[in-house]
Amino acid sequence: MTPAVAPAVGLEVDVELTRPGFALALGLRVEPGKVLAVLGPNGSGKSTLLGVVAGLVRPDRGRVRLGGRLLTDGGTGTHVPPHRRGVGLLAQQPLLFPHLTAEANVAFGPRARGVGRRAAQRIARRWLSEVDAEGLADRRPAELSGGQAQRVALARALAAEPTLVLLDEPFAALDVDAAPALRALLGRVLRAGGRTAVIVTHDPLDALVLSDHVVVLGAGAVVEEGPTRQVLARPRTAFTARIAGLELVAGTAGPAGLRTPDGAVLAGQRGPGLVDGAPAVAVFPPRAVAVHRERPGGSPRNVFPVVVAGLEPRADVVRLRAAAAPGGPGWAEGLAADLTPAAVADLGLEPGVPAWFAVKATEVALHPAPGA
Amino acid sequence: MRARALLPTLVALVVAVAACGSDAGRAAPRRTVTVLAAASLTEVFGRLEQRFEADHPGVDVRLSYGGSSDLAQQIVNGAPADVFAAANTATMDTVAKAGLAGKPQVFATNELRIAVREDNPGKVGSLADLARDGLVLVVCAPQVPCGAATAKVTRDAGVRLRPSSEEPDVKSVLGKVVAGEADAGLVYVTDVHARKDKVRGIAFPEAANARNDYPITVLDRAPEADLARQFVELVRGQAGREALTAAGFQVP
Amino acid sequence: MASAASSTPDPSPTGGVSGRGGADRHRARTALPAVLWLPAALGFALVILPVLGLVLRADWVRLPELVTSDAALTALGLSLRTAAASTLLSLLLGGPLAVVLARGRPPGLRVLRSLVLLPLVLPPVVGGLALLYLLGRAGLVGQYLDLLFGVRIPFTTTAVVLAQTFVAMPFLVVSLEGALRTAGERYEAVAATLGARPWTVFWRVTVPLLLPGLGSGVVLAFARALGEFGATIAFAGSLAGRTRTLPLEIYLQRESDVDGAVALSLLLVAVAAAVVVLARPRAVEGAR
Repeated sequence: MTPAVAPAVGLEVDVELTRPGFALALGLRVEPGKVLAVLGPNGSGKSTLLGVVAGLVRPDRGRVRLGGRLLTDGGTGTHVPPHRRGVGLLAQQPLLFPHLTAEANVAFGPRARGVGRRAAQRIARRWLSEVDAEGLADRRPAELSGGQAQRVALARALAAEPTLVLLDEPFAALDVDAAPALRALLGRVLRAGGRTAVIVTHDPLDALVLSDHVVVLGAGAVVEEGPTRQVLARPRTAFTARIAGLELVAGTAGPAGLRTPDGAVLAGQRGPGLVDGAPAVAVFPPRAVAVHRERPGGSPRNVFPVVVAGLEPRADVVRLRAAAAPGGPGWAEGLAADLTPAAVADLGLEPGVPAWFAVKATEVALHPAPGA
Repeated sequence: MRARALLPTLVALVVAVAACGSDAGRAAPRRTVTVLAAASLTEVFGRLEQRFEADHPGVDVRLSYGGSSDLAQQIVNGAPADVFAAANTATMDTVAKAGLAGKPQVFATNELRIAVREDNPGKVGSLADLARDGLVLVVCAPQVPCGAATAKVTRDAGVRLRPSSEEPDVKSVLGKVVAGEADAGLVYVTDVHARKDKVRGIAFPEAANARNDYPITVLDRAPEADLARQFVELVRGQAGREALTAAGFQVP
Repeated sequence: MASAASSTPDPSPTGGVSGRGGADRHRARTALPAVLWLPAALGFALVILPVLGLVLRADWVRLPELVTSDAALTALGLSLRTAAASTLLSLLLGGPLAVVLARGRPPGLRVLRSLVLLPLVLPPVVGGLALLYLLGRAGLVGQYLDLLFGVRIPFTTTAVVLAQTFVAMPFLVVSLEGALRTAGERYEAVAATLGARPWTVFWRVTVPLLLPGLGSGVVLAFARALGEFGATIAFAGSLAGRTRTLPLEIYLQRESDVDGAVALSLLLVAVAAAVVVLARPRAVEGAR
């Protein structure tokens, strides 16, 4: 059922680019047939990176190599134009050509490379069915919902037979209802085709579902990289932890756990490579934090006082952001806990109220810190 | 309610605009005599205006030049004016038909000349030369006085012209000759006089058959009938005749 | 898999749209400041009352005879032909010009755009004189056209078309460039990543994006060309059947026959109104 694809090729990027108020300098590799996720906050250079690879943006220096082809070389001035790169792009907006039907949109790529009208139509039908959208073939983009349009846009990108697929936050503009279905579809299509792809996102879930490797960008440079699960489950910087939706406390490793600079100890599960006395981090998800108004009784470990700094509603929980309590540990500043709205109401939590955070030791992971 | 407010406001606006155009705001109680004159009289009447104002302290001559038929339309439509000097009798007849013309008298005549540039690129010497192949000729459209005169002289002479353009006024004809677009044009002798730096006039005998009479009159509803009469006398008197002759007109 | 499309969780677009339309209908309109009504009414009156004056002034008994006179029909035919030709020329030259201005990033773009719009603010007769000094027999280019090819442009129907194009093309350029700027360059970028060459992108993406502006641009340009007077009289002259378009015929007739001029004016008003009122909405909707 899946259309045949040419053997997958790898991508190598090594570029520098400066624009007013913005600089990008990074190198990254994607193995043939693998999916790389590029994570980072807004303004970290993710979309610019994709523009460079697609040939829409010229870097000041450096190279882009796809398989055996040199696409961009700042040194020799080589710049293969976008239409001859074989690099497909699926952006945040579907950007379906408004004057064409869904089918004609998908047939655009095949037509552009010279395939006859009938054959292009067959290819388009096949790809539309591949993204579960064959029933939409005759619709105009204005008659499609956001999720439907993005599925057609995906079919269009793939029908052009790109050797590399770039995905620029493809779910960002979708309803929360439509995103999971498309995410699952994308995972299936990318894996089935054995495609080389780069997906830019700020959602760690996209990275977990879709990618093999992840690169974390901050201010135009690579902050952290590695296999997706490893990087996201055991972030070594607060930056990555924040992106991964995890809480992180830094200190040094000790026999009882992580010793923080102010002498407190956080108990947790020791990860591989941890050396006592060396820099280390303790990582836990916000949902592992229990919140109390009074200091909990018994002999719980990992209990510390905070002040409620703010409350933000999330999908089905309320995220409580902590500030350091007077006399409490300074590293508690900015830590988060996820609670049900009912719990927030029962406890009478509101900004400025003192509270206690308690984290189960089984939920805390201890890793060596970078440079250790 | 808004619609009812609209009409008085419109009226107020129109009155305000009209007031700007009248003498209502003027401080000194000067008298004004309004003269509507054919555009070909611009130079002559400008000189006579100065003369008249010098002789009549406190009097302002207001001159309005234009195509004779335009001016006639303005008069028929009620424009306040004292004197009308037209470039042909037909337009004066329009005013007369409306019962406004008083007693028109011819004060000057004008006749056609062939206008060419100094170098006379078409080597034109006579009316018949204008019918030559390859010559770019521009004339007035028959609907306007100079065009009517053109039609008459060519008919009398039995010459068939094939002009490149029939312009709506004589100045346009002259302009195209001056610009070098046309090899020759048929204009009034007074027009040649006005641009003698650029063009040369070639007289031809047939022109005498189609003289344009310039009638002048005090209009029947003239607000300043006395001054108007004095202005007409000036035009028809010695000073007027001299100025007209100097501009190329013939005087009766 | 074939039936999957109908069972997707995506919300139905039709339901959403009709719901929104209903909400619009019931939403209270924001009140306009009452003070705006008066100048708005005066502005409307200033436009419409003179036309009304023309209608009232017309000799309706003689009107059919006046507008079907040889001179009138000749002038009307010439006007329609030349306006159509100059609209086409505006499209062939102004279309690419708009694309270059919107997409090409030529050096000195701002100055370039201002220059293109010059005919909008210039008195047409100045444009006619400028054309004369360029393409006239003694003009910058015209003297060589005459010398080398024996081609003389003034006093020809070509001159009429050029004069009309001069004044009408900016309307088209402005409309098309606006449409392109509204659409943005993202569609073209996507088309390129799909493997489309620049020429394919232009024809299959850029040109369709131009369509919303094309309808109104073409109509405006045609209407402007139809009403052209100053540049035509200065550059092309006035000869029945060759260069005397309807506005020139009107100007001339008012010398001898005011009723005829008024009748022809009404004819021109009717043709222009028909073009603008009837063609414009259809052209705009057709592009949607």
